[in-house]
Amino acid sequence: MKKLALSLALTAAMAGSAMAQTNLRIGLAEDPDVLDPSLARTYVGRIVFASICDKLFDIDEKLAIVPQLALSHESSPDGKAVTIKLRSNVKFHDGESFDAEAAKYSLDRHLTMKGSFRKPDLGSVDKVEVVDPLTIKLSLKAPFSPLLAQLTDRAGMMVSPKAAEAAGDKFGLKPVCAGPYKFVERVQQDRIVVEKFADYWNKDQVFIDKITYLPIVDGTVRLANLRSGSLDLIERVLATDIKSVRDNPKLKLSKAVSLGYMGLTINLSNGAKANTPLAKDARVRQAFDLAIDRDAINQVVFNGEFVPGNQWVNPQNPYYQEKYPVPKRDVAKAKALLKDAGVTGPIALDFMVPNGPETRAVAEVVQSMVAEVGFDLKIRVTEFATSLKQSEQGDYQVYLIGWSGRSDPDGNSYSFQVCGQPQNTNGYCDKDVDAAHAEARSRSAVADRKKAYEKVAAKVLTEGAIKYIYHTQVLVAHTDRLDGYKQMPDGLVRVTGLKLK
Amino acid sequence: MLAFLTQRLLQIIPTLIIVSMLIFGLQQLLPGDPALIMAGEERDPKVLAEIREQYKLDQPIPVQYLYWVKGVLTGNLGESMRLKSSVSSLVAEKLPVTLQLAFMALLIAIGVGIPAGIVSAVKKETLWDYGANLFALWGLSTPNFWLGILMIFLFSVTLGWLPASGYVRLGEDWKASFATTIMPAFVLGNALAAVLMRHTRSAMLQAMGTDYVRTARAKGLHEHRVVLKHALRNAMTPVITLLALDFGTLLSGAVLTEQIFSIPGFGKLIVDSVFNRDYAVVQGVVLVTASIYISLNLLADVAYVLVNPRLRG
Repeated sequence: MKKLALSLALTAAMAGSAMAQTNLRIGLAEDPDVLDPSLARTYVGRIVFASICDKLFDIDEKLAIVPQLALSHESSPDGKAVTIKLRSNVKFHDGESFDAEAAKYSLDRHLTMKGSFRKPDLGSVDKVEVVDPLTIKLSLKAPFSPLLAQLTDRAGMMVSPKAAEAAGDKFGLKPVCAGPYKFVERVQQDRIVVEKFADYWNKDQVFIDKITYLPIVDGTVRLANLRSGSLDLIERVLATDIKSVRDNPKLKLSKAVSLGYMGLTINLSNGAKANTPLAKDARVRQAFDLAIDRDAINQVVFNGEFVPGNQWVNPQNPYYQEKYPVPKRDVAKAKALLKDAGVTGPIALDFMVPNGPETRAVAEVVQSMVAEVGFDLKIRVTEFATSLKQSEQGDYQVYLIGWSGRSDPDGNSYSFQVCGQPQNTNGYCDKDVDAAHAEARSRSAVADRKKAYEKVAAKVLTEGAIKYIYHTQVLVAHTDRLDGYKQMPDGLVRVTGLKLK
Repeated sequence: MLAFLTQRLLQIIPTLIIVSMLIFGLQQLLPGDPALIMAGEERDPKVLAEIREQYKLDQPIPVQYLYWVKGVLTGNLGESMRLKSSVSSLVAEKLPVTLQLAFMALLIAIGVGIPAGIVSAVKKETLWDYGANLFALWGLSTPNFWLGILMIFLFSVTLGWLPASGYVRLGEDWKASFATTIMPAFVLGNALAAVLMRHTRSAMLQAMGTDYVRTARAKGLHEHRVVLKHALRNAMTPVITLLALDFGTLLSGAVLTEQIFSIPGFGKLIVDSVFNRDYAVVQGVVLVTASIYISLNLLADVAYVLVNPRLRG
């Protein structure tokens, strides 16, 4: 009898554990690109990497850099070397050990692989050396304070050398890293499945057995899936759907101001189209800026859910320059500035707008605001890929374009504001700004860097080519069965610590 | 029959060559630089140059075309720039999905459209006819995306009967597979059913007025036999053409429906690839679709001959 009871209890326990197999289903707004940290470049891909590939460092809710696969770091007094101590007893998903050799291999792979998008991220690194089995040293070409921030993203992701060597450039089809979940399968455009990694270094914080990422492009359909219970969490909730999420007692909304921005880029000197009073005279650009009511844009288009802004970082960021707050709309002053600049009659401008319901709405609101002052924006809605090419060619006068954002302010500004940089398609060039950026890169204390950026702001916010207008919110909705979800400003879904009831 | 088949098969070769040139040439007209789009926000000139070299985007267009044709002739459709997987494997993965969807849509369309067309023609200007015409008007004028979203709200969100989106392979779980594809198949089949109904109706009306139908009736044949055996068989020729062409359209034209229901088929693959300027995938998918389309036309021609013996020459 006892035996029978015991076997029944055992069966029940086994059935219980089988039933307890938890699967978190996450709805993504796009299908990720290749899952190779060196070759990947999409934002949505980073959401998947957050569960499979741990990095040397990570960021916390306040954007502070915290160790992940690293334990600590130390910069040399001249700022040209960074020594990183690594975590011990870390395994890759294929059972290989993570050590200094593996870290060097991963960083060298990012730096040398053909077509690696991490080359510019790690461009300051001259060489990587193994100091001891758990210590590496990065020698830099010049002091570069944003380096650690780069190591909190894909450039800091560690891959199993054995698997990467065997797979070559096909590594992304079956990535092998050292994250809390290991890759199981991917059906392109349908699903990516990962399962709990039993030997994860922080396994006590992993509670969900399996995660399935499902790309569902349409925002309305994504939300319908969450409401019907086919999904447990969705990213990029539309601002217009916030109310219906809040009204549903079974759903929860998590948000954080995003690291990126949306702005109006003015073509200053790229090609023939730059020949406008707006490009030639900083006063006209100031008038344009003063004609915009950032708060009204936020209220009208985004129900007041986003954050009006005027700088490349949002007002909550430690590097935000309080000295230059978001300007209020001032039509009289704007008109006076135009008069000073000798502008008579409306200024007709080709306004390139990537296609999308929200961008079109923002463009129309901006168009009507600046019309009052004397700008005649001719909206040209353009497919996104085409708009990128046309911005390179200077085929625009004003371009509504955003930036997804990086945790370090350098990532939001350098490439756009410094002479001849890849993202600087507007032709803005000022030696003082370049020098201030160089100074910000060479200092490591936040206060010192903030001072350097103040010099940048003084020039860029008045004379520069980009008029920053708002910062989006990272909007994630999830079922109330999900516990422990914290929204990070980078928008990624961190999966450790999550529980599914 | 054999000579007819050989002749039609030989015609396929130049057609495919022209199609391949068109696919390649038209794609080059798309604005935007594939390397730039692939790089997205990571716009480093050195990396861009490496990508252009790796995918031969720095070569003149005719040279790129020759490289592609050489690959196709050796069974290599190329590699996706975005996903790093081979185009052949993507095609092999997506084709069964779209075929399943297209077949289900076709069955729904045939099952509804042809009987409705016959009834509408036979019961001309009665309530049956008006009802069928109303249905056709509704089917033709309802946008796919709208019907799709309404169905999701009704059957998934409100009633909770069917999954809102996603796909399960037939081999994995046929019941779940049916549940995930029935709504998109209905959305796709709905418009086609309406077109089929209209065509069947007009072809049947024409056939019902012919001399041989009158003769058949005069011989005292049962009305069922007159309609189904004599009139319908002749009326089917234009309907078969339409079916063959529309099946081809279903394969490539399920774009919106696949997008709404997140069905990972051809339509979704091609849309994503066009937006990402993933040329190799677009070329591969269009070439395969074109080949299927051409084969279906051939089958339609063969079917005509079988249905209508007068065409056997």
